[in-house]
Amino acid sequence: MVAVSLAAVACGSTTPAASQGSPQPLSGTLSLFAAASLTDSFKALGASFHQQYPSVQFQYNFEGTPTLVAQIEQGAPADVFASADTANMSKVQSDGLAAGSPKIFAHNQLEIVVAPGNPKGISGLQDLARPGVIYISAGPTVPAGKYAAQALAKAGVQVTPKSLETDVKSVISKIELGEADAGIVYTTDVKAAGSRVSGVLIPASDNVVADYPIVTLKSSSNAAADEGFISFVTSAQGQAVLESFGFLPA
Amino acid sequence: MTLEATVALSLGGLDLDVDLSIPDGEVVALLGPNGAGKTTLLKAVAGLVPLGRGHVRLDGVVLEDAVSERYAPTERRPIGVVFQDYLLFPHMTVRDNVAFGLTSRGKGSREARATAMDWLERVGVAAHAQSRPAQLSGGEKQRVALARALATNPRLLLLDEPLAALDVTARTEVRRDLKRHLSSFRGTRLIITHDPLEAVALADRLVVMERGRIVQSGTPAEIAEHPRSSYVADLVGVNLFRGEADHGSVKVAGGQALAAAGAATGDVFAVIHPRAVALHRHMPEGSPRNVWAGRADAIELIGDRARVRVLGRLPLVAEVTPAALTDLKLVEGSEVWISFKATDVSIYPA
Amino acid sequence: MRPERVPVVIGVLAAMGAAFFIVPLVGLVVRTPWSDALAQLTAPETVEALRLSLVASFSATAIALLLGVPLAWVYARIEFPGRSLLRAMTTLPMVLPPVVGGIALLLAFGRRGLVGGWLDSTFGITIPFTTLGAVMAETFVAMPFLVLTVEAGLRSMDRRYEEAARTLGANRWTVFSRVTIPLIAPSLLAGAALCWARALGEFGATITFAGNFPGVTQTMPLAVYLLLETNPEASFVLSLVLLCVSVGVLVSLRHRWLGSA
Repeated sequence: MVAVSLAAVACGSTTPAASQGSPQPLSGTLSLFAAASLTDSFKALGASFHQQYPSVQFQYNFEGTPTLVAQIEQGAPADVFASADTANMSKVQSDGLAAGSPKIFAHNQLEIVVAPGNPKGISGLQDLARPGVIYISAGPTVPAGKYAAQALAKAGVQVTPKSLETDVKSVISKIELGEADAGIVYTTDVKAAGSRVSGVLIPASDNVVADYPIVTLKSSSNAAADEGFISFVTSAQGQAVLESFGFLPA
Repeated sequence: MTLEATVALSLGGLDLDVDLSIPDGEVVALLGPNGAGKTTLLKAVAGLVPLGRGHVRLDGVVLEDAVSERYAPTERRPIGVVFQDYLLFPHMTVRDNVAFGLTSRGKGSREARATAMDWLERVGVAAHAQSRPAQLSGGEKQRVALARALATNPRLLLLDEPLAALDVTARTEVRRDLKRHLSSFRGTRLIITHDPLEAVALADRLVVMERGRIVQSGTPAEIAEHPRSSYVADLVGVNLFRGEADHGSVKVAGGQALAAAGAATGDVFAVIHPRAVALHRHMPEGSPRNVWAGRADAIELIGDRARVRVLGRLPLVAEVTPAALTDLKLVEGSEVWISFKATDVSIYPA
Repeated sequence: MRPERVPVVIGVLAAMGAAFFIVPLVGLVVRTPWSDALAQLTAPETVEALRLSLVASFSATAIALLLGVPLAWVYARIEFPGRSLLRAMTTLPMVLPPVVGGIALLLAFGRRGLVGGWLDSTFGITIPFTTLGAVMAETFVAMPFLVLTVEAGLRSMDRRYEEAARTLGANRWTVFSRVTIPLIAPSLLAGAALCWARALGEFGATITFAGNFPGVTQTMPLAVYLLLETNPEASFVLSLVLLCVSVGVLVSLRHRWLGSA
């Protein structure tokens, strides 16, 4: 079986479960609750894992992190929880719903998202406060929203978003639809949206690094598969997948 | 104040084609069975139903003309209508109901209310000025409806079955009052009714309508004496036949002949009053020229009279006293002989 | 006559049906933290959401009355080709999933929408993310209730009163305002009440079209949804408020539902 790391922040990679020669192949359905910003990357990870362990099926639920926490607290049938920040993960831990300690498996950074071609000529955070620019962000309880406010504070920019969306994907879709001019999301979100949006980088001095922890939940009945998947995510292969989507390695 | 209306239209299953003229000073009643088209005619004159052909002129002013396509909308016609169900606005007080026509035509509300109270006094329901129509009796509602129609000083007053919704006791009293108000009204008056008693009591001239056409027009006496349709005949309670007269004999449809006095020839109506028909147990002898056998089909006791319907050569109604019935030992189904004199057959050109 | 006895099977099924509705409502009442309730109700965010909801729902009802009554009148009184089709389209929001309604509103009135695009390029006016947007979303889903109710009232009224009014010299506007409207007042009030209650509870179209911001577009239903994640007790209290409002509307309209209208 895989040894579970006890450190709150683990930066190394561990060998995948398969190479340790587990006696029986992993199987079952894995119910995965992951932050919205992990939508595309985790689907890829799941597909990859499924190729190695064809008997493991995935059921995905991607929402804003606080929404997932609320659902888990209400007893939703989740096996693995991947959060977009440590604060939400702590909540789940203090509720006694986590089995074991969470592992940080990736980092992310913020980026300004705008319409393709950047028609309003946004060059940085200070332009978000320009009159005539409609700026939206995720709500203050969503990690991305919290970080966005932090970044703006760091840059000394005073601007009120016109809407507080429930997750980053909603922010992206409103930019895509043309309803808003600019939003603050993760670099991975900008990358995932491809040619449907354009991005404006935020300098490191103003930027915020997001820590993504992952944990198995007590409600799971398939600990083996859960731990197997988590090990995969933190393995070299898994990290490579995450990096290809724009995440920074753990 | 005259109304001249030539109204031709088709509505639902009704085909209406009438020529009506009401001169000044004459109260006219439109009398006829249900479905005759009376109410439709009223609505056409009021402008609520469009004319197919014809025109409506009031005091020389054209209200509607199918040819020139002139059309004065209802609200601009100087008319007042008393409806069969009164149609008092349930959400307004009695006083406001009466004032409605005045305020609608631009009068200030204070003046309108004063005039309304005036009219309520005149019809005798001033005490109910602040009540809602639902709280009034039938007779009171009728008076309010009349006041409401008259308050605007219309030039043409139309009354649709004004007494029909009242019970018998209220009807007599209200009829008296209505006659009084109609007499004092300076304008053209047209009443619609199916009740001949109402028509005779209220109107100077009757116009009888049947199936969309006018069949007869005249004073009540003229109509009763010379009915021109079975409807009127039944109303008046006489025996009516139509046939070819030729020197004292009238050949009725079906081939039967009546002996009649008079030199009239051609297409005629023949009327025999039930009173003139005598009943016998055996074939009578004597001067009466019309005698035949028949069977008593129906016997009706009305007050101190008995009306006996006899089926024979021609169907007839005879009127006798109940005592006579007993003497003759006459019951429904009895064989009986009838007789009446030729001089009792009144004939006039059809 | 002997009172009818309930057959067992029907009784059990009916009881289950009733329980299906009663248990959740009882659950809401029982689980609400009553001691905390006052504090939650007077918290600034709650007051803000409540104030905004009242402003938006009453505005939506006012618009529905202004536009809906004439529309109902046209449906009830005028025959024209395509009437049933038009009526079906304007009734659609009643059965359409509210989110779909929100999307449709975006495509029409959003910044790149059919009308919204023109508004933006000509006047610089954008509707999403404004209180007007929330009002429009609520009007869209709630107005059909008013139109349907008023139309039914107009169809069932005795039109002879209108004829009587015309013979008394009333022009069409006077007939409408002094006779028709008072006579259909019960339908009008019921329609407005239903419309207001629906507008108050609107969520899907609002969050999709107008967005979510406290004091601007975060109406009570949105606040309840979001509070569930961060402050469940507060969301219970707000839910109870909305529940009481709905019960109030239903009670005031009970005579219509029970058929004595």
